[in-house]
Amino acid sequence: MSSDWPAWEVFVRARRGVGHVHAGTVHAPDATLAIENARDLYTRRNEGVSLWVVRSSDVVTSDPDERHSMFDPAADKSFRQPTDFELPPDVAHM
Amino acid sequence: MPTDTHPTAPTDLDSTLLTYVLRQGDRSLVLAQRLLENVAHSPELEEDMALANVALDLIGQSRLLYTYAGQVDAGPTGEVAADAPSSDRLDENHYAYWRPDTAFTSPLLVEQPNGDFAHLITRQFLHDAFAAPYWQAMTTSTDETLAAIAAKAVKETAYHLRHSRGWVVRLGDGTDESHRRMQVAIDALWRFTGELFERDDVEDGLAQRGVAADPTSLERVWQETVASTLAEATLDRPSDEHMRTGGRHGRHSEGFSYLIGEMQSVARAHPGASW
Repeated sequence: MSSDWPAWEVFVRARRGVGHVHAGTVHAPDATLAIENARDLYTRRNEGVSLWVVRSSDVVTSDPDERHSMFDPAADKSFRQPTDFELPPDVAHM
Repeated sequence: MPTDTHPTAPTDLDSTLLTYVLRQGDRSLVLAQRLLENVAHSPELEEDMALANVALDLIGQSRLLYTYAGQVDAGPTGEVAADAPSSDRLDENHYAYWRPDTAFTSPLLVEQPNGDFAHLITRQFLHDAFAAPYWQAMTTSTDETLAAIAAKAVKETAYHLRHSRGWVVRLGDGTDESHRRMQVAIDALWRFTGELFERDDVEDGLAQRGVAADPTSLERVWQETVASTLAEATLDRPSDEHMRTGGRHGRHSEGFSYLIGEMQSVARAHPGASW
């Protein structure tokens, strides 16, 4: 019967001030029960203070076949890292 | 002759409080045992987890209640000898494992067999619609221990009600087949709901002292919750004829002794064991 119930991606916020982080997936027939199932599976040991669920089919993903053109060009752009720059000696408190 | 009075003889308040606390503990434990029979048999893995969580909440409540019952039972001096056999020690295990089935005072509703999922979740809903306002009311009990237990239980049962109510609406207002099964379940279980609100000298005496929740106000809340839920679920409310009673006085249905027997079998096979 699991095939009847769509999958939902679960995001948990561990505490106030931090973002929701992907925790896993549950099956549920509707959004209300998806939240309840997520609560029982991913916050049973006090892991969270807030939950998001989204239908897995609504998540748009990058194409794994295009991962080289998507992500490799960032590999040699060290100037995008703040540590790439030498600070002038007169700059204090950095 | 006042000097003949044993200084630790239980007062009337002690004995009615013991009865009252055990009623609540038994209701929680028996329902939990029925739910746990269903583990690995739910229609979905996620629902299996949800119902097991509900059962564990209920066991937690009954443990606190039984522990308190033991304190009330033992009296101010705690008379049971420390080296007494485990079956005589008035701890939580005593009330769960060492009483006969006829000593359990749970209402008939919670011992009803699981049946199909419609029966299981309807039984849960009819119970939760009682338990949620019950624990809400008990948060202001003049008995500090019961008020403290209520402070924990009220959050748990509010969630239980939200979960079971959601299923009643979802399935009642679902497909023709789910609607039919839900109506069969509500018709079959309705006769056991009147007992939840029975009152006797124990309830009345403790309610007057502010220890117990008033059954009449609880019933009003329960009726409202059930009426709005059944309406939303497009289910018919059965008539109130032929209400069954007896569980609170130890008169249970046939399957009850098997439920208790299974629950107690390990503890009785290995007295005093810990794990």
